[in-house]
Amino acid sequence: MGEVKLIATTQSLFCARIQWALKFKGVEYEFIEEDLRNKSPLLLESNRVYKKVPVLLHNGKSFPESLIILEYIDEVWKHNPLLPQDPSERALARFWAKFSDEKVIFGAFGACRTEGEQQEKAKEAALESLAFLEKQLEGKKFFGGEELGYLDLVVGWIPLWLGVMEEIGGIKLLEEERFPLLHEWSQNFHQIPLIKECLPPRDNLLSYFQASISYHRSLAAKKP
Amino acid sequence: MADVKLHGAWASPFSCRVVWALKLKGVPYENIEEDLPNNKSKLLLQYNPVHKKIPVLVHGGKPICESMIIIEYIDETWLQNPLLPSDPYQRALARFWVKFAEDKSSVVWTLLRSSGEEREKAKNESLEVLKTIEEHGLGDKKFFGGEEIGIVDIAFGWMSLWLGVIEEIVGVKLLEAHLFPRLYAWTKNFKEVPVIKQNLPDRHELLLHCKGVREKSLGSSSSS
Repeated sequence: MGEVKLIATTQSLFCARIQWALKFKGVEYEFIEEDLRNKSPLLLESNRVYKKVPVLLHNGKSFPESLIILEYIDEVWKHNPLLPQDPSERALARFWAKFSDEKVIFGAFGACRTEGEQQEKAKEAALESLAFLEKQLEGKKFFGGEELGYLDLVVGWIPLWLGVMEEIGGIKLLEEERFPLLHEWSQNFHQIPLIKECLPPRDNLLSYFQASISYHRSLAAKKP
Repeated sequence: MADVKLHGAWASPFSCRVVWALKLKGVPYENIEEDLPNNKSKLLLQYNPVHKKIPVLVHGGKPICESMIIIEYIDETWLQNPLLPSDPYQRALARFWVKFAEDKSSVVWTLLRSSGEEREKAKNESLEVLKTIEEHGLGDKKFFGGEEIGIVDIAFGWMSLWLGVIEEIVGVKLLEAHLFPRLYAWTKNFKEVPVIKQNLPDRHELLLHCKGVREKSLGSSSSS
């Protein structure tokens, strides 16, 4: 198998998923840290349409978009499958991955970065989306079943990134009494060595979200 | 094989995508026309409690939601006439353009529903979308799938009919042959494919339907 490189940042939850997947498969790779304020020619060439991280480089080809990269990794390195084998189970995993990325992440971030009445509304929507995820864990230790799977990696931002967003935003979304299964899953997920290895330092994330949330709130304050 | 049902709507390009995939595979199915937007069937709401939207494919009683996820499910369940390539890199590339279609197509619906400054913004964004596909997506191939249509052609199928209808109603010209020669040629070729030709909504009916959608949107925004 050709060499593998990952253009990424340590803080990005989308990049963490890819590191987890590569480690899960035991694939050696080179981590290329990108400065998003000063994007490298390599990134701009490898992801001409979006110019974003993560991008996987393998066999002279480049692969952007984290969910697509996960499927590519699963198809090239077939041991320790991430996605289920059954087509209807795969469709469900893909459905919840899309839901996580479109509704849960941005819903949660929206709730954390807004204030006042806007925050109340955003919080309702975020809690509703978390409730859907909670239901998916019924009778299971992980989203993938007894073992980690694709959806665990996709939703894996919750234990650390959501906690940081909540702290900066001054809001609690993932309350244990309301989401006992997600809470327990978060503990189990973070116990796994390969997951822990790829987590950014919490302080780094705190600074990042402090800057991001302040910026959003100052923009909102300027609006009429 | 268990029975296949499709909850869809004749005017929806998302619904049509699934029809095209089933017909290309020669899969018999029962079509259930949903009365949108205000009279959705109890079954639809039960099958898609998260989004409450069509299309939903029901196979052997199991619902699959989200049009492009349904297409992948169809491709994995019925293996004749593959819609995705077999090579992992080509598959990743196909999924990239499918995601692009999913993420960016909505701007054309915004164009249909807007006027004034919002309309101008949507028009410019739509042109950018077409430019990206023209420059990066199609290359010199007849179809996105090569000599035959595939999953990406299906994802972009809305450009072959719905785009022209929206252009006419809103009074803008977007997909002009001299600006987008490859895409323009693609729309002609795509509509000539027998399965597509036989499974497109009637243009005049679609025009009336979309006019209704625009009037409703503009009517409600001007009265607020």
